[in-house]
Formats: sequence, C-alpha cells, structure tokens
Amino acid sequence: MKQSILLEGQKFQITIQRLCHQLIENHADFSDSVIIGIQPRGIYLGRRIVEELKEIEGVSAIAYGELDITFFRDDFRRKDSGPLVPSSTHIDFIVEGKKVILMDDVLWTGRTIRAAMDALQAFGRPAKIELLVLVDRRFSRQLPIEPDYIGIQVDSIDSQRVTVRWKEVDTHDRITLLTEEES
Amino acid sequence: MQSMTTSRQLSTRHLLGIKDLNEDDIQLIFETADNFKDVLNRPIKKVPSLRDITIANVFFENSTRTRLSFELAEKRLSADTINFAASSSSVSKGETLIDTVNNILAMKVDMIVMRHPYPGAGIFLSKHVKAQIVNAGDGAHEHPTQALLDAFSIRERYGDVAGKKVAIIGDILHSRVALSNILCLRQLGAEVMVCGPTTLIPKYISSLGVKVEYNLVNALNWCDVANMLRIQLERQDIAYFPSLREYAMLYGLNKQLLDSLDKEITIMHPGPINRGVEITSDVADSHHSIILDQVENGVAVRMAVLYLLAGTRG
Repeated sequence: MKQSILLEGQKFQITIQRLCHQLIENHADFSDSVIIGIQPRGIYLGRRIVEELKEIEGVSAIAYGELDITFFRDDFRRKDSGPLVPSSTHIDFIVEGKKVILMDDVLWTGRTIRAAMDALQAFGRPAKIELLVLVDRRFSRQLPIEPDYIGIQVDSIDSQRVTVRWKEVDTHDRITLLTEEES
Repeated sequence: MQSMTTSRQLSTRHLLGIKDLNEDDIQLIFETADNFKDVLNRPIKKVPSLRDITIANVFFENSTRTRLSFELAEKRLSADTINFAASSSSVSKGETLIDTVNNILAMKVDMIVMRHPYPGAGIFLSKHVKAQIVNAGDGAHEHPTQALLDAFSIRERYGDVAGKKVAIIGDILHSRVALSNILCLRQLGAEVMVCGPTTLIPKYISSLGVKVEYNLVNALNWCDVANMLRIQLERQDIAYFPSLREYAMLYGLNKQLLDSLDKEITIMHPGPINRGVEITSDVADSHHSIILDQVENGVAVRMAVLYLLAGTRG
C-alpha cells in the first residue's frame, strides 16, 4: 500500500480555521444555524469546527448534534459483509426552520449525504441544508450532490482510499491518500 | 468515512430459538436494539432500511402482544407486511403447513414470522422453504424474541445481565418463554432459578444449569428479578394442581409478600396477565413492575432481529 500525505500539521489547522471563517461569513452568530456531524467519522470534524468557532470571537453558543445514517443507507445488504453497525445519534434540538450545516470528513459518491438528508427529516424541516467536507474527492460523485465548503479537493480513482486522522482519537491530524500497490 | 464503516453479522439466517444464538449474536441484537429504541423516541419513528422486504406474519395460534409488536416493528422498518391467521384460512380445509407457506411465498414474500402450536414447527419449515423464518413461539418449545426482550429489559434496568439472579416462577412445564429465557440468561451469565409446583417443573430441568425451588418465598428472597409466568390452562390436558385458588395462594405474588422481603426486586411478566392468579393488581401496577417496559422494548428488539436477519440475506 502506497501512502501519500495530502495535509497535516500546521496546514491542516489553517484549513480548519479557514472553514470556520467561511462559516462565520454566512452564519454570523449561528443563532439560526445548527451544525450536525455525520457518524461515524464526520463527528470529529464537527466537534473540531465547533471548538474553533468558540475560540473565535463573537461565537459562543452553537447548537451541535451528531447524526447516524446507517438505517437510511441505500447500500444496506449490498455490501458483502452483512448489515452495517449503527452508531448513536445525539440531536437534542429541533431543526425545524434552522439552517443546517452537515459535516463529514470525506465526500466521495455522495450517497452518505443523501442518506443524511433523509435521516434529518425525522428532526423537522430545515430552512436550508449546507454541506461542509474536509476532503472532496471530486469527479467521483454518483449523485448530484456538491459541497458548500471544502477543505481540500483531491483527484483520485475508485481503487484509492482517502483517510482522515484526528489528533483527538488517532494522535495526529493527517489526511492520507492510499493507493493499492500493483502486484 | 468510506474506509471506516464496520459491519457485523448474526451467525444464523433464521431465528428459530435462542439455542441458535451465541453470546456475540445476543450482544449485537442488544446494541442494535439500543439504536432502534432511540429511533422510536423520535417524532418520526420510521426508518427505510427494509423497504424492499416483504414479511408475512403467520399465526396458527392466538396472540395479541407478539403479533402487534412484530407488525409494528416491521412497519417502523418500512417493510411490507401481510397477516395470516389460521382460524380464518384454508388450513381448516386441510392444507398442509408447507403448502400454506409455499403459497404465501409464491406471492414474493422474503421472511416469515410464525407462531405455531407444535414444538419445532419453525425448524421443520426452515428446512423445506426458501424464506427466512422467525419463530414467534412454537408450542412449549421456544419463544426467542420474548427471551431477548426480557433480557434486554433486565439489562436496561441493571446495566448488565451477567451475575443477576433471575427467578422464573409458575408453569415452567408448558412455557416456551421459560425455556428461551433460561437459555438466553445463561448465555449472558445470569443465575437462573425456576420455581413452581412440582408437577409443573420438568423433571430434568436442572441439566440446563438452573436451580429448582418449590417454595415461592425462598425464590423471592434469592432473586433480583422475578419473572412471573401465566398458568397455561390451554396446554394442560390433565389437572396439575387441585385448584386455581390454591395455586394463587401458594404461588401468586401479592403486595404483602413483596413488602415482607428485605430488598427491592423487579417484577416481570411476559403477558397476558391473569390478575389475581399469578400476580395481584397492586403488584402488576406497582413501581417494581417493568411489565410495560417489556412491551415497549419488544418493538425495538424485534426491529433489531428483523434488521440483522435481513442483513444475512445473500
């Protein structure tokens, strides 16, 4: 497996901060906006962004939730290895009439985001849904879904994998592109 | 996230009895049921997971709770459902079980939830038809989803099932709930005692690793949880005890008895309750009782079972 590092350390942090400033541009004090991280890996991005936003002046209380989309996936039973194990959902507010910013670490086919929009309906009708992703694997979408905020864009082929590591759980911040070695 | 999704699977294609499940299977069902319980507490209680699955509820024996609970679980998962009750069907015209079920399957049904008065009916059927079978009670043999929801309710009350002392009290001989509960609780590491009149305790029950007690007060003093079973008069071909009144006096749980214990115990009952026989109203409706929690958990546990079984389809 060949690994190439796309982003880490200081640059990773600057990217997160840029995303925060872009959010503030559109959402000001977040009084009508809520942030929702998508389980299982989007929650680390969501938590980090919320933490950074609080650091930045003028933004104190932000409604933040975590959404599991397992039961809403359209590839249930199409994977070889049986049903997907769900994670927990924590959304203790109503999204009715709010501007929702969905967050996930990697945007690839767009199917996760479609499922997330479906799952979100159980919590009300949002005024608007936006999408923030740390990594956009562009040109690989299977559905007409595009992000509003992008950390970095990556050109990759289907056999490659993109992983995001977080210092909170994986000891360091790093985005890596993995390529299967030809045998 | 595409690299991080995990998946686990049940070790069985059918749910015929607790006997087919290992501890990992049971834990997987519980963890999945936790998530479904969360879904059931939302304003919109429905997920689309099984929208391409059709399930037939085939009941050759009366049921209220189990049938409604399965049907609701199926609907919450967006499955299509059809119901079949033997009393209003061609079974009374002489059709065999396999023929009946194959006719239902010809209408493109993927899963069968079956209750049948004969022990092993589900096992028999699973060998002769293509669909996945969920046993909703087969005679005096097993009732696996009831045992799972009972254990799930104990886990919810105490945090864990392992090490808990559970007394199953009443008509053990005719009870499928008793056998499934014993197997499930033992698998999860609980201590189990059965208690009832000698005539209603099967002879070799202790070989399942359970204690046997004939005195109700001793059993109550020993246990953390008492699961009260109904006297199954419809399955009793002979008289196993002199009178229902005598049974109620010796094995009925009342408030006075409960208050005389020097600890709090939890009361369960799989339903239907015969008030004044195995349990009095003041006990059934007291804070000791988690009877209605059991019913609530039943839907979440059955959703987990159906969801996980659907995931084992090829």
